[in-house]
Amino acid sequence: MSRIIGIDLGTTNSLVAYVDEKTGLPRVISDEDGRVLLPSIVSFTPDGVLVGEAARRQLVRRPTSTVYSVKRFMGQGYGDVKDELKFFPFTIVPVDNVVSIRLDDRTVTPPEVSAVILRTLKERAERHFGETIEKAVVTVPAYFNDSQRQATRDAGRIAGLDVVRIVNEPTAASLAYGLDRLKEGVVAVYDLGGGTFDISILRVQDGIFEVLATNGDTHLGGDDFDRVITLWLLEDIQSRHCADLERDGIDLARDHEVMQELRLAAEAAKIRLSSAERTTLTLPLGSFTYHRDIARAELERLIDPLVGKTLGPVRMALADAGLRPSQVDEVVMVGGSTRVPLVRRRVQELFGKTPHSQLNPDEVVALGAAVQAHILAGGITSMLLLDVTPLSLGIETFGGIVSVLIARNTTVPTSAREMFTTSVDGQTVVDLHVLQGERELAKDCRSLARFELRGVDPMPAGMPKIEVTFLIDANGILQVQAKELRTGKAASIEVKPTYGLSEADVERMVEDSFTYAEADVETRMLIETRNEAETVITHVERALRQGAQLVEADERAQIEAALATLKAVRDGQDRDAIREATTAMNRVTEPLAERMMDAALKSALGTRRAAEIIGSSE
Amino acid sequence: MNYFEVFGLERKLGIDAAALQRRFYELSRQSHPDFHQAAPAEEQARILDASARLNAAYRALRDPIARVEYLVRLEEGRETKEGDTVKPKAPPELLAEMFEIQEALQEARAGGLDEAARETLSAQRERLVARREAEEARITGELSAAWDAAAERAKALASFKAALATRAYLRTVIDDLTEVLEATDVAHHRH
Repeated sequence: MSRIIGIDLGTTNSLVAYVDEKTGLPRVISDEDGRVLLPSIVSFTPDGVLVGEAARRQLVRRPTSTVYSVKRFMGQGYGDVKDELKFFPFTIVPVDNVVSIRLDDRTVTPPEVSAVILRTLKERAERHFGETIEKAVVTVPAYFNDSQRQATRDAGRIAGLDVVRIVNEPTAASLAYGLDRLKEGVVAVYDLGGGTFDISILRVQDGIFEVLATNGDTHLGGDDFDRVITLWLLEDIQSRHCADLERDGIDLARDHEVMQELRLAAEAAKIRLSSAERTTLTLPLGSFTYHRDIARAELERLIDPLVGKTLGPVRMALADAGLRPSQVDEVVMVGGSTRVPLVRRRVQELFGKTPHSQLNPDEVVALGAAVQAHILAGGITSMLLLDVTPLSLGIETFGGIVSVLIARNTTVPTSAREMFTTSVDGQTVVDLHVLQGERELAKDCRSLARFELRGVDPMPAGMPKIEVTFLIDANGILQVQAKELRTGKAASIEVKPTYGLSEADVERMVEDSFTYAEADVETRMLIETRNEAETVITHVERALRQGAQLVEADERAQIEAALATLKAVRDGQDRDAIREATTAMNRVTEPLAERMMDAALKSALGTRRAAEIIGSSE
Repeated sequence: MNYFEVFGLERKLGIDAAALQRRFYELSRQSHPDFHQAAPAEEQARILDASARLNAAYRALRDPIARVEYLVRLEEGRETKEGDTVKPKAPPELLAEMFEIQEALQEARAGGLDEAARETLSAQRERLVARREAEEARITGELSAAWDAAAERAKALASFKAALATRAYLRTVIDDLTEVLEATDVAHHRH
């Protein structure tokens, strides 16, 4: 069997792993620069598509065409996400049944953006092994519904990958912890990532990893922490620098670039506060610089309601598993957001025991995906994962009531059969509306698809006996088959997914993906160099404004000349020329930079000790 | 193959949970699709069916009440849940109390609850929960034992249906009470 890789397609970062044949242990694969995490960011520039770290550096410069956190939009309809669109600088538009991202010259769908990330990881693995890779296990949040799973599989196809299995992230993590790190018994996996939250309760026994219950929230994660911090900072800046903002003509909330910088600063401060008790956030804006001391307690006050929101699903999962918190033997923490001390504290309080975190929470899901890939390839027979479907599956019946066919937390694969008939004489088509969710009314559940059973022989009403089989496979994806029992004839089914790509859409996107190739190495380096030049220009222009009183006339003339040179070459194709002009620019502004640093230190020293300033800034 | 047969069991209700789980794990190792990825397509389809049936069977049999519900369906020759003959039915001895509760529920929905009414409804809910638990214990205890003893199976089946109907009724009323108590609880705290 050909090699299968394991991919964690995350909201914030993505990574790829495999199981080392010699040691039998899962390992992550790094890129040429030794980086394991690929930021899940894709930037569409006129020169080509950038991915990962290179795309991250475009976030501030190209806020409207640099797409991040695209996982939040996978398999979603416009109505699902319209409330959070205001937090994103890029434009989301409804196109047919899916949301799309509008770029300058075209629109792309979330699966296409995810495909760029998957293809980058595929190529990373291909370089590592020196062979073509065609198959992958890709992880998704356990609480992803059918549409979100389908969208993930579509992304794989667009990237040229056969997604042989969709695995739930928390269960993948439990596989990574494996038999040697976990005692036999009941394990709770608490997985708080960049954009999604999952809780899974498993029983581990005799090599079987049986999921008893799962719950979660596919729109709750570190992104939301960043959001509340950003909004809090925004208010603080507006109240403390009201006059400065007015003078500089900055409308913070409407300025995509500034908001993006603010979001990144908020994220960085949050990360620092996981290890430090205090931190200082510094953000140059227009003609002034915003400084803010933040204590961990302040951060915790902001995010506490969000952390609290994760505990409801935890209790529901425990109730569904028929267990009390004290009956859980081990708690495993997964996802970057579980580094936040408040999260760890709350989880520890609820279960009354110290959670596991020996494995890197950013890597553990990919490692588990690699283990599952190895199981599928026949390399492991001692372990078997029995996962569940997170949401009840039902059909709409008379009066808009949902009749549940497969209950949530049923082990997959699973199937349910139901009989249908006609209500009018001679009727040849029967419609079925399939939904997922826990509510009684169809309108409150998630519409998955409408199925049309065609070719029913014309008979008096109520005579045909159509047996429909709903099967949820091991990926958690629905398959539907129908048969007319009197004639034994298989009824043909036309599926109209409520939120998803059609077969034709996916095929077109596979074609398109070759047209919109990733920028080649040369172009990527050119874009990077331009980017750096751009950053330097921004800084120098700001320094000239803020440090005006520190610059002599002839120095100013020198700087302005260097600036003019750099601006003249920055959009050209000559990378060396841009680099040289950038270096010259840096050289000529060095003395000014030093003087400004001194001045800043002196003014800061007026209120605090230097060690405190330096110590708390990182 | 019915769900009892999937596990090689007789059509009896006394099932040892630990043994059932062990058997489920063994059978999963035989028929889970994960271990048959290289098999030809028809074989994979067969494995998928077998695996889906095994999982459905385990779900139906591991819980003693679900086991009885399945048995009733099986005995009546219905494989699907459609046309379920078990309709919620109030236990005769509780009819008067139920009437009172329904009236109190209507009042609560229309105009909220005062402290005294809350307490009454809470107490009533507790009694009904105890009654439901007793009904469940009867289903999984003496009624199941009677079925397994193979004495008067038609009668046993009828008692199952009556008991399940009572349980379904109690569950609905308890859910309604919980809903009203929780809704008014929020309002209560907001004051």
